[in-house]
Amino acid sequence: MRSIKLSRVIVTLFMGVAGILFIMPFLWMLSASFKPELDVMKYPIQWIPAKWNMVENYKQVWAGAVPFTLYYWNSAKVTLMSTALSLTISAMAAYGFSKIVFKGRDSLFIVVLATFMIPTQAILVPQFIMYRWLGLFDSHIGLVLLAASGVLGTFLLRQFFLGIHDEIIESARIDAAGHWTIFSRIALPLVQPALATYMILRFIWTWNDYQNPLIFLRSDSLFTLQLGIRKFADFSGEFYSLMMAGAVSAILPLLIIFIIGQKQVIEGVAMGSVKG
Amino acid sequence: MEVIPEEGTIKRYGKPGTGRMRKQSFYDNIAGYLFISPMLILTTTLVIIPILLSGVISFSNWNFVSGLEGFQLVGLDNYTRLMQDESFHRSLINNLIMIAVVPVAMFLALVLAALINKATYFKTFFKVIYFMPFISSFVAIALLWRVLYHPNNGPINGFLRSIGVENPPLWLADPKFALISVMIIMVWTSLGFNMVIYLAGLQNISRDLYEAADVDGASPLRQFFRITLPLLSPTSFFLLITGIVGSFKVFDLIMVLTGGGPAGSTSVIVFYLYEVAFINLESGYASAMGIILLMLILLVTLIQWVGQKKWVNY
Repeated sequence: MRSIKLSRVIVTLFMGVAGILFIMPFLWMLSASFKPELDVMKYPIQWIPAKWNMVENYKQVWAGAVPFTLYYWNSAKVTLMSTALSLTISAMAAYGFSKIVFKGRDSLFIVVLATFMIPTQAILVPQFIMYRWLGLFDSHIGLVLLAASGVLGTFLLRQFFLGIHDEIIESARIDAAGHWTIFSRIALPLVQPALATYMILRFIWTWNDYQNPLIFLRSDSLFTLQLGIRKFADFSGEFYSLMMAGAVSAILPLLIIFIIGQKQVIEGVAMGSVKG
Repeated sequence: MEVIPEEGTIKRYGKPGTGRMRKQSFYDNIAGYLFISPMLILTTTLVIIPILLSGVISFSNWNFVSGLEGFQLVGLDNYTRLMQDESFHRSLINNLIMIAVVPVAMFLALVLAALINKATYFKTFFKVIYFMPFISSFVAIALLWRVLYHPNNGPINGFLRSIGVENPPLWLADPKFALISVMIIMVWTSLGFNMVIYLAGLQNISRDLYEAADVDGASPLRQFFRITLPLLSPTSFFLLITGIVGSFKVFDLIMVLTGGGPAGSTSVIVFYLYEVAFINLESGYASAMGIILLMLILLVTLIQWVGQKKWVNY
């Protein structure tokens, strides 16, 4: 252990102040969601509410006119299914592209990689039309397939599969193991941290996605949380305390996941250098 | 779905020789394609075919309500129209202005990362704090900032008035300030990502270099400019390019925060594309815009390709 240095303490304190300034918007949001409407916009800001209205506000969100619980459930469903599907097919493809030698592998990989550059907005129109034809429009399955169609997971996981020594694979093959056995018994356990990272990232991105549900969903009963809070916000108009309670409710589950898995998320982002 | 190879396949042909090798490579070909096929099928149907269709539709004046009969090729009309469309120009210019977010966020992130890396306790705590906006949904962030920016009694203007600013800006309500307001939020949300990447970059720089510089009597500031900055140039370059590409794709924030307004002052290409495609229902025109957007992103990527060798110095 190094001894505590004064200069280090001072910088830490200084940075602490900067950090609090940085998350002040979040603190304000949380505090506003606890207040009665009339106190929200008061200045100077009451960081700790003088009057509490927390139960009422959150009741309005969760048991009010907008079916928040349903939106939560829809989001959870779409996100879990997208994450599971995306993780499965990405891991399989990543294994195929890194540990199996087959004809045309490298040129196919370049094609797949090139799709990475296509902005999602540039293909919205054809996707929309195809979805109408295929009957995938206005369905959760449609959203799940869209979320899983990205190639980022394949690319990210491939990097990690490449790190597995070929000798391990070879010796398993000499023991007459097929690729599926090697993939599921040997390769997957070896890249577990990368899988966890991609899983969390995919979860966050799908949970937060607004664009795809906005375009590919119509029925209110299928709405995801992001569409839901937007609707709730329009609905509550100038009731900022309610709006903030809705926003807190939308952010909270992810915040909890993030705080639990912060190491995986932050290291994963740094390792793969990826952005959603 | 997967072919689970018969356990004996390889053993049966286990004698070293050409027969086994051929069998093995045949089996590998099949297995390879089976492993990549779910992903390949999905990407082909949902990304590759759509982008090709987008290219075709961009040469037509089609809209998807009229059905296939309404499909009519119009050559380059959509593209020439884009050249004269003022709304498109404004969106493009707004996109170009928004690129300024990238260096600002990078600079702040680098300063924070350098301080956190060398001079503070509780590193994880700081990482978590700055990363919070990155994991929050843009919908929630937009709703939050809409209230914070409230021109009359929002907390930001409340603060500005309390320190003596007589007429604080109206932020999102003022066409002159709306774009800068959006950009402030973008800096806020992207700071954490940039910082985490810089921290990873900083950890890769060998301590020996600094120790050697210490021996030579170089000041910390000099060390920063002579060692840290040059050695971080690949990281900076990566952040610059992903940041620029990312800034072209900001949709959720604009959609919820301003809806492109007031008076088109915060419209960006992706937002205008959405309006044209799904509100004006001009599929052909929207597709042309999508292709232009793709070209812009390809251009940035090409610069990256060439630039990586030239400008990254070590």
